[in-house]
Amino acid sequence: MRLYRAILYRLMLAVITLWLLSVIVFAGCQILPGDVGRAILGPFADARSVAALNHQLGVDRPLLVQYWSWITGMLHGNMGQSYTYRAPVAPFIGHALLNSLKLAGIAFVLVVPLGILGGVVAALRVNTWVDRTIVIAGLSATVVPEFVSGIVFIMVFSIWLRIFPLTATPPSHAGFFTTIYYLLMPSIPLFMILFGYIARMARAGMIEALTSDYTRTAVLKGLTYRQVIWRHVLRNALLPTITVIATQTGYLIGGLVVVETLFNYHGIGSLIFAAAKAKDFPMLAAGILVIGVVYVGANLIADLLYSALNPRISFGGRE
Amino acid sequence: MQDATAAALEVRDLDIAYRVRGRDRQVIRGLSFRIGRGETFGLVGESGCGKSTVALAVTRYLPNNGRVRAGGIRIAGEDALAMDAAALRRLRTRSISMVYQDPGRALNPSIRVGQQVAEVFEIAGVPASERMDRAEAMLERVRIVDAGRVMSRYPHQLSGGMLQRVVIAMALAVDPTLLILDEPTTALDATVEAEVLDLIETLRAEMGSSVLFIGHNLAVISRMCARVGVLYAGTLVEEGPTRDVFAGPRHPYTVGLLRCLPQAGLSKHKTRLDTIPGFLPTSLAGIRGCVFAERCGLAQDICRAEEPPLIPVSEGRLSRCHFHEQAPDLPRSTPPAPLANRQKTQAFRPVVRAAGIGKTFGSPTAPIYALRDISIEIWPGETLGLVGESGSGKTTLAKLLLGLTAPDPDGVIELNGQKLAPVATKRQPAELEALQIVFQNPDAALNRSQTIRRIISRPMRKLGGYRGGKLATKLTELMSHIRLAERYLPMRPRQLSGGLKQRVAIARAFAGDPRIVVCDEPTSALDVSVQAAILNLLADLQAEQGVSYLFVSHDLRVVRYISDRIAVLYLGRLMEIGPAEAVFLGPHHPYTESLMAASASEEAGGSLRLKGEIPSAMRPPSGCVFHTRCPRKIGAICEEQEPALIQREGDHAIRCHLERDQLGRADARP
Ligand code: SF4
Ligand code: SF4
Repeated sequence: MRLYRAILYRLMLAVITLWLLSVIVFAGCQILPGDVGRAILGPFADARSVAALNHQLGVDRPLLVQYWSWITGMLHGNMGQSYTYRAPVAPFIGHALLNSLKLAGIAFVLVVPLGILGGVVAALRVNTWVDRTIVIAGLSATVVPEFVSGIVFIMVFSIWLRIFPLTATPPSHAGFFTTIYYLLMPSIPLFMILFGYIARMARAGMIEALTSDYTRTAVLKGLTYRQVIWRHVLRNALLPTITVIATQTGYLIGGLVVVETLFNYHGIGSLIFAAAKAKDFPMLAAGILVIGVVYVGANLIADLLYSALNPRISFGGRE
Repeated sequence: MQDATAAALEVRDLDIAYRVRGRDRQVIRGLSFRIGRGETFGLVGESGCGKSTVALAVTRYLPNNGRVRAGGIRIAGEDALAMDAAALRRLRTRSISMVYQDPGRALNPSIRVGQQVAEVFEIAGVPASERMDRAEAMLERVRIVDAGRVMSRYPHQLSGGMLQRVVIAMALAVDPTLLILDEPTTALDATVEAEVLDLIETLRAEMGSSVLFIGHNLAVISRMCARVGVLYAGTLVEEGPTRDVFAGPRHPYTVGLLRCLPQAGLSKHKTRLDTIPGFLPTSLAGIRGCVFAERCGLAQDICRAEEPPLIPVSEGRLSRCHFHEQAPDLPRSTPPAPLANRQKTQAFRPVVRAAGIGKTFGSPTAPIYALRDISIEIWPGETLGLVGESGSGKTTLAKLLLGLTAPDPDGVIELNGQKLAPVATKRQPAELEALQIVFQNPDAALNRSQTIRRIISRPMRKLGGYRGGKLATKLTELMSHIRLAERYLPMRPRQLSGGLKQRVAIARAFAGDPRIVVCDEPTSALDVSVQAAILNLLADLQAEQGVSYLFVSHDLRVVRYISDRIAVLYLGRLMEIGPAEAVFLGPHHPYTESLMAASASEEAGGSLRLKGEIPSAMRPPSGCVFHTRCPRKIGAICEEQEPALIQREGDHAIRCHLERDQLGRADARP
């Protein structure tokens, strides 16, 4: 029962977070532009057509009414009309989100196992050259901003060596492997930043577990090294890492904006960036809200995963 | 191969060093001792003496930077230091087992208890179909009721006493030749400790294992071990039959250690505790003579020039002292007479008065009474000792007085006759200044990034309004009161030893001239020699400044020494309150009686031993809350009707249905 209560509580928190986000996004999009019709039609349009457009867009109604129709629309999957394209926002967002998930997915598939492996290996060889190499490599990779590493990769691999394509967008009807081929290089800057974090967490967790009393108990029982590591150390060591991985989705989204723009890739990051430049507020608001949903969802999943793996959370209560 | 006639453990000329910043730091030097089959040997010493390192070396679990530089360890005749990985595993599986301090951490938090016990049988080669049954049988053997249910629990769902039983079950599952116990009960309550020690004793006798018992608690060692070795600075300074060594120590260090203990019958009004001056040597490298010479009241020139060998002083007894015959006459290091009480003014009202305070947690439908209807008074210049097992509400009461949590609305707390706001944030600066606290763990209480000067002067500035020259004078004055040299002022907490840190915490509490200081287990994390110095300091400060203490502790000897009056809590109820000697000598409450039975060192059980653990405050027993464990329970009346707290004689009140002459007394016990 406690478990269901906990899930319900987290869900409620998630809903409240998203609602707050929607208010902020909405307010931001209302307050900043001043006059939407003027912003769209430009400084030389006459006042009557601006007013007509405002009326058509509904932006001359009271704010609360506007918010209500916007948010109910959102809930029904109706994200409004893009100013720039004069077309429904939803398909753009859907398409871009799918692209971004592909890119982020590849980065994650690469970085999670490798990061954990790096951390575990470093911890098992703590204070040796192996450990130092991994730690220093992770640390230095983390501090290189993704636009720097991205540009370097483009110069080296696309322009000079010509191994990888310049853009991340695969030709239409590209197969699975071609898509991965196109996405591989753009995912590397993301990989570099996340690797350090994950490896560091995994390493710290491992070291803590290795020096713990229960590991000592396991060794003194007469278990082999392998048994000690697999049965007693790994599970406890990697629990905290899971949470870190989930919270890194937040970073990942920020990183996506840069990488997608750099590699000319139509993802949610570049979409939002373009929408912000073009003052396309329905698109911007919908994009941000969708990212909010992804972020909150990822954290929710991480929480649940953590409590599923950690007996101390799921049941609670002492005898 | 194992030799059934060889000693269970033989340690010879052991020399261990840790490599710290490129240098070898010696921690054990020339240590030799032998534990015969079925024998119990205790290794006793204060923190830093190297006793745990011995356990690590014997189990071959020294950290990476630790190294055995010389000497040998033989377990059941086999050379433990020469073993390869496979032989070592065999040794660990079959011949040695270990139980250590914190059972909560000794078990894997994410694996069910049953599986962890069964694993031992798996390694021993028991077929998979039998392992779980064997594990359950083993849990029953360590007297776990409802073992089947415990099997499916995770460690965090069990209490400390229960966990230690599980660890003991794992350790004894394979019938080891040598059982190593490293402070196995230090983390447990006195009543639980007594039970666990009983259990270890019984099982050991049944199985005939040999025991290496490592500890700092002399009372526990003397109960559990036939022979004892006293370790000081990595060196064995005295060895012999436990009873003889503790009754007539022949090394000045052992003499000093025993004198630090607040013995029954001692009180702060009669005599100050003796202490051991100085500190453990920081390095053993430069010492040519006796390791104890720097702190020894008998030291002569020869002591610094020539290391004494282990000298046989009588049958089976050794002492590493040139002057072992004079050891019993070691001069005191502190004057015995307590400070004259300078503040002997007649008080007309208590400093603190709490009337009908309680604390309820949980929801209104499922209330948890952490504390219920407590009324106490603390008078100027007196110490009220607060005792009870963990879960009895001691800490909650301390928190209520300090305003760290608000009591239930109907209670009243007064300071010098003025009603106090329920939470500290609403109290006046003068009130905050008057009510201070010293915690158990000075590390957690002191800001690590600040200097000692800053830590101590902050409350002076904030609460007392001192500035500039006045502040400096006040600081100097305080430092001399606390007997803390001024050279510590620019240091940070981590540069100080545990005892010095506790002194800083006390200095901070006294910075604003408090009227009452809540001392929450202030010495339980400290070694006995440091504890003695801190207790002396608290008593001296009380005599000089007329301050009052609320002294929370689980150590009854300490409480008896320092307290004028004692309050006994059980499950949030005040069971007994009265003058210290009256509470200790009785007639006293059956719970008080049981607590004392548990802490009495020599007593090996009996009908007064408390069974089981303190019930949950969520479902307190009906009637007298103690009836589920009471050794003197009368019958139905105890289950149905809660007795009132009744004044018996003078200001000694007891909450029990029994008449005065039916209650237990200390002198009536065998
Ligand atoms: S040898 Fe000398 S310094 Fe050492 S304990 Fe004996 S009397 Fe003291
Ligand atoms: S009232 Fe009964 S159960 Fe309670 S302490 Fe007294 S004798 Fe024991």
